[in-house]
Amino acid sequence: MDYETFRHFSDSWGAIYLFAVLAIVVLYIFRPGSKKHYDEAGKIPLKRD
Amino acid sequence: MTSLVKLAVYGIGALLAMIAASKAHDTLFAVHMWIFALAAVIGIIVTARRADFSGKAKPARDPDAYLDSVVRAGMIATMFWGITGFLVGVIIASQLAYPWLNFDWAYTHFGRLRPLHTSAVVFAFGGNALIATSFYVVQRTNGARLAFGNMAWFVFWGYQLFIILAATGYLMGVTQSREYAEPEWYIDIWLTIVWVAYLLVFLGTIYKRKESHIYVANWFYLSFIVTIAMLHLVNNMAWPVSFFGSKSYSLFSGVQDAITQWWYGHNAVGFFLTAGFLGMMYYFLPKQAGRPVYSYRLSIIHFWTLIFMYIWAGPHHLHYTALPDWVQTLGMVLSITLWMPSWGGMINGLMTLSGAWDKLRTDPIIRMMVIAVAFYGMSTFEGPMMAIKSVNALSHYTDWTIGHVHSGALGWVGMITFGSVYFLVPRLWNRERLYSLRLINWHFWLATLGIVIYASSMWVSGIMQGLMWREYDPQGFLVYSFAETVAAMHPFYVLRAIGGTMYLTGGLIMAWNVYQTIRGNLREETPMGEAAPAAA
Repeated sequence: MDYETFRHFSDSWGAIYLFAVLAIVVLYIFRPGSKKHYDEAGKIPLKRD
Repeated sequence: MTSLVKLAVYGIGALLAMIAASKAHDTLFAVHMWIFALAAVIGIIVTARRADFSGKAKPARDPDAYLDSVVRAGMIATMFWGITGFLVGVIIASQLAYPWLNFDWAYTHFGRLRPLHTSAVVFAFGGNALIATSFYVVQRTNGARLAFGNMAWFVFWGYQLFIILAATGYLMGVTQSREYAEPEWYIDIWLTIVWVAYLLVFLGTIYKRKESHIYVANWFYLSFIVTIAMLHLVNNMAWPVSFFGSKSYSLFSGVQDAITQWWYGHNAVGFFLTAGFLGMMYYFLPKQAGRPVYSYRLSIIHFWTLIFMYIWAGPHHLHYTALPDWVQTLGMVLSITLWMPSWGGMINGLMTLSGAWDKLRTDPIIRMMVIAVAFYGMSTFEGPMMAIKSVNALSHYTDWTIGHVHSGALGWVGMITFGSVYFLVPRLWNRERLYSLRLINWHFWLATLGIVIYASSMWVSGIMQGLMWREYDPQGFLVYSFAETVAAMHPFYVLRAIGGTMYLTGGLIMAWNVYQTIRGNLREETPMGEAAPAAA
């Protein structure tokens, strides 16, 4: 694979892949029922000294 | 590890270091090998003195009891290296204003003191603060003792040895001339060993956790540890001229070398100075405020977006160079998108105080943390703006960059660390409270005003410098010579040194306050937010 092909692959499919992973992560955080789970997780520092 | 194995390891280490010193091709390498040997000999003495050959069983220890002695040591190291780094900063700022302060002596020259300053504040002060707080936070948020026995102590002392090798190297002139990665190949190998041990301790503690969920501060700390490992390994790929000499050559050359260095350099900012300290923010700010972070979901989005975007931002250091145009544009665009996670995180930190803003009046520790988050917001606004090519055309290579770095380093990194140290010291030494809250207030104002003077003088100086460089007369000749721009910057250099001195003074006040707290003293004073009692 020469430089040009590699870079065009990177800035098209590579970029789309990374963006898709990020989008999935963000969507997963907002999955139904997640608020309660995350609100509990947020209290972890206050549990122990 | 039993004492005998330890003694053997130290003994072999000392022997190898002395052999290397005897075969050294240059004095600098020999000095460093002697430092290695000395460290190993100290290890032998300490181990031998503590060894217990009586065969009596040690009293059982609660397996979940926290290992906090190493965090206490980390606090003292943080204070010590912080003041050292600030002091060297004031010295080199003064050298820029008054060049005779270089004393025309190689060991005190700006070129050698400058990496001493950057490494002392970033890696010695910041690094010790990160290691110590991460050890504290990972135990509390996972309900587990640090993993692998006393390996955390190896991390602590191994890291101090790295700092001493780096610092002495800079003064003697050992450098591979890579920004924020000046130590030579053998010091890099040593840091790699220490860093792997750090990763093992951190991961091992998370593995033993009693919480099903891994709290977000640990994610930030872990991303800092893992990414720094990756950056360190790639950026320092080099081949020594001799295995008994201090000089090595990078495997990269030309523009590939440049982009590798700034991929490293900017992610040192992103993952060392940002992600790591965000781990601090997400633990100590909720703790001090006594309430959970404003939005835990936002903190996770903050984490993922930050690490997705930061890793690409490095090319903005190489605008208008031989770097391919598309890489420059990529670096610029990804830098601008960093506005979103940065400001999301800042809002998350500040909103944690919503409903408790009155604490700002009475709690100077909260004040310190809030100003830190505010500076995080300001410098992460300024940075992406400076990454825009047309802005960069004015700002690059000028003092504006220095001002930007310091508003991030002094404002964000410094202040969140001070807040965390003030939070930790009474708890770690089992004191009722700090020696004095009013002294924190003095520290707060000296540091804040010092940063304001520093940053604003560098804005003026940098923009003036940039404008003078690009000033043409109607015939197309440059109007100013380089030396004229230097002369014009003199007053701002003096102001910068004053701002830095104020920041250093704040650090000294903190050291005094921490020292008195450890001694167990309490200062008699009017509580914060109340008027002083009328004179009797």
